[in-house]
Amino acid sequence: MSARGAMRMWLGQHARAAISALGQLRRKPGGSLMTTAAIGIALALPAAFLLIMDNIESAMSGWDGTPRASVFLALDTPPDRQAATAERIAALDGIREVTLITPAEALAEFQATAGMDETLALLDANPLPAVVEARLAGRLEAADTERLMDRLQALPHVEEIRLDQTWMQRLDALLELGNRTIAIIALLLGLTVILVIGNTIRLDIENRRSEIEITKLIGGTDAFVRRPFLYTGVWYGLAGGVVSGVILVVGILAVSAPATRLAALYQSAFQPAGPGVSGILTLLVTGLLLGLLGAWLAVGRHLVTIEPQ
Amino acid sequence: MIRFEGVGKRYPGGNEALRGLDLHIKPGELVFVTGASGAGKSTFLRLIPLLERPSRGSVLIDGVNLSALRRRRIPFLRRRIGMIFQDHRLLHDRTVFDNVALPLVITGRPHQDVARRVRAALDKVGLLRRERAYPVTLSGGEQQRVGIARAVVTRPPILLADEPTGNLDPALSREIMHLFEQFNQVGVTTVIASHDLPLIEALGHRRIHLHEGRAA
Repeated sequence: MSARGAMRMWLGQHARAAISALGQLRRKPGGSLMTTAAIGIALALPAAFLLIMDNIESAMSGWDGTPRASVFLALDTPPDRQAATAERIAALDGIREVTLITPAEALAEFQATAGMDETLALLDANPLPAVVEARLAGRLEAADTERLMDRLQALPHVEEIRLDQTWMQRLDALLELGNRTIAIIALLLGLTVILVIGNTIRLDIENRRSEIEITKLIGGTDAFVRRPFLYTGVWYGLAGGVVSGVILVVGILAVSAPATRLAALYQSAFQPAGPGVSGILTLLVTGLLLGLLGAWLAVGRHLVTIEPQ
Repeated sequence: MIRFEGVGKRYPGGNEALRGLDLHIKPGELVFVTGASGAGKSTFLRLIPLLERPSRGSVLIDGVNLSALRRRRIPFLRRRIGMIFQDHRLLHDRTVFDNVALPLVITGRPHQDVARRVRAALDKVGLLRRERAYPVTLSGGEQQRVGIARAVVTRPPILLADEPTGNLDPALSREIMHLFEQFNQVGVTTVIASHDLPLIEALGHRRIHLHEGRAA
């Protein structure tokens, strides 16, 4: 036989196995749908967690990662001293850049964003101090931070310093913990998918025992007998991937409005992102591979033991 | 074509089905194997397609010693042997057509070739008009003929039948045996295990009688 003929025959055998596996699933739609739904949910859960983490991280992306210090000046600091203090802060080691926000600017910003005009209108004088927003050169060790804080504190007119580094560190630690937890959950649920598919196919093999025996009796190779079961696993995994994709998209649509409203309350234009095309593709491929693996495990253990009587 | 040399088969329970069987069946022969129940007829037939392996001695098919045949190669041996069983061994959730097509599908024949050959085989056994039927809707004799069509559809050089007329009435049995004679006439080596002595006598082919695991 020519190489092309052999290739065509091989493809034909695979197409036949794939279609016959699909036909077997259609013959018992109830069971197939339940298995598919179980796989879909098991895939959707870790994917949803990952999506949530991604969204949290992107919501935090306003932070460029470098910590900032807000240096509040005393209320009675005259404007020329405010500028001079800002320059002295900028000259310190470990400070990349500074922005001076005068009391008037702070008031304007406050009025514009928070909608508190009426409350502020009740006040006689501007209650806001001048603030120097200092951007640090990078993340600092605890000792360096301490030294920088001391130096800032020592400057004239400086009243209070607020450093957001600890907050950032806590958030980072939380995200790290979240990611680890999700990795473990994903691993366990992936294993669940393999076991569900493996067990379904093991039962399938038992139910079709006589068919397998007859096929072997008339010269079916192990590969021929194995193939439809492997495709069954592939179809289950793929269908589970589709179900999980639908769950994710519907879920995102459901939480989109409240999430956007919540973000608006924090003056953020953040909108929750869906899994996207690449996310869906990843789900499908993951489902397919887990299905194939589950089927392979079931088939490897049970098919060889079935011999014609 | 089929050669047994000192073949013994002992089952795990201690039952010795064959005790040094020697025989030779030439290409193109039609042979009946007879003997009482438990004389080793079924075991003899099961050793040829390697449904079992002998405990001792050697089985040669077409010059190939089966004891040297690896497990991976067994399917290719079975493709050269058409097998017919008393209980038909049909797939009950497939049509007659699909049952007969299975051996061709296994060997990966192109679709059109499959349809042509299946119809030729069904025509030969007189069931061309039942190709859409399911086996359960057929009579015992018809099911047996589907089994025969499946066995011959790949045109194998060897045909084995284990009590093919066991459940059939004399007229049907004769019909089935005549079918085997027709396949034999085109050169297929045919081995039939049967205890229907009057019919075998009437047909008058070579007969191997097994007694206590040996050729008597």
